[in-house]
Amino acid sequence: MDMLQVSVWRGAEVGGYRTYEVPRQESQSVLDVVTYIQRYIDPTLSYRFACRVGMCGACAMTVNGVARWTCRTHVSKVVKGNAIQIAPLANLPVVKDLVTDMRGFFDKWARALGRFVSNATRKDDFAKVASDSPERIAANAGIECIGCGVCYASCDVVSWNPDYLGPAALNRAWTLVNDVRDGARRERLAAVAGDAGCHACHTHMSCSERCPKDITPTASIAGLKRAVATAALKGEL
Amino acid sequence: MSSAGQGYAAVSDAAPGSAAKFETWLWIAQRASAAVLALCVLVHLATIIYAVHHGLTGAAILARTRGNVGALAFYALYVLAIAVHAPIGLRALCQEWLGWRNNALNWVIGALALALFIFGLRAGAAVFLA
Repeated sequence: MDMLQVSVWRGAEVGGYRTYEVPRQESQSVLDVVTYIQRYIDPTLSYRFACRVGMCGACAMTVNGVARWTCRTHVSKVVKGNAIQIAPLANLPVVKDLVTDMRGFFDKWARALGRFVSNATRKDDFAKVASDSPERIAANAGIECIGCGVCYASCDVVSWNPDYLGPAALNRAWTLVNDVRDGARRERLAAVAGDAGCHACHTHMSCSERCPKDITPTASIAGLKRAVATAALKGEL
Repeated sequence: MSSAGQGYAAVSDAAPGSAAKFETWLWIAQRASAAVLALCVLVHLATIIYAVHHGLTGAAILARTRGNVGALAFYALYVLAIAVHAPIGLRALCQEWLGWRNNALNWVIGALALALFIFGLRAGAAVFLA
């Protein structure tokens, strides 16, 4: 039987790679490999997953240097010879082994005012949003994000500036800026402007390249730059 | 704008509006100056290539620039665009590569912008008055 040489990060911020031999199987995902190690070789290996079918985003890890959903990554797609290297997501503190602390990532969604703030009351009628309106189309392009952190782990600007809100939080802000039912546009544009916000993006597009949902956060961030600039020119920032 | 939205912003730790405004204006200034520079650099390069191809001497060039208000106005605009554009980019580099993010940086960058503008204008005036 073919064996994979799987190098896995063990430890927390301080740690090292340990190599495991895992039997190669047909249609094997990287998550299958990690699960095999924990079940049959070393039960102390910590990793995170939930749905196993690309819906939850919990199993994102760094595979051969690239952030990916391990459940949706076939071994055949990433294996080099018979070797694979698996590490926790970059740009996030490591709790243990392959598990990262995502609090900072989600705190930035809050900082970017990533929460819907209704401009209506329960007495108002339902909002009518035409599915072909420009705002709805712009929101649609970014709305499928499930917060897996792959874009955030892939972003160079996050690695340079730990305060940078990052592609996911800014993409979320952009979907809300385009939500005609939202009443916090001005506050949100102020929250996403500046050195830690949309203006820090270098348009390297690693986020867009690696997003498993094929979202283009770079375009959302460009949209925010335009919206913030327009608001500043109108004296509304 | 609803009161609900303002209430939410008040309890958030979002960047203060003044910082957001300042950064946004810097961004607008850098984009606008880039647009001016794109044109100015082309004209400047074309001028150099013309001068070299025609074998113009220093004296011949000075004869064309002396008292030439158009050339002076063009280079004043060029210098202004550089003085706006380059320091803002340098500021971003200092922030990202050196982690220098305090107010002292803004003063240093402001001084650099002023120096670029003054020395650039002095060069422009020199060939105008030569």
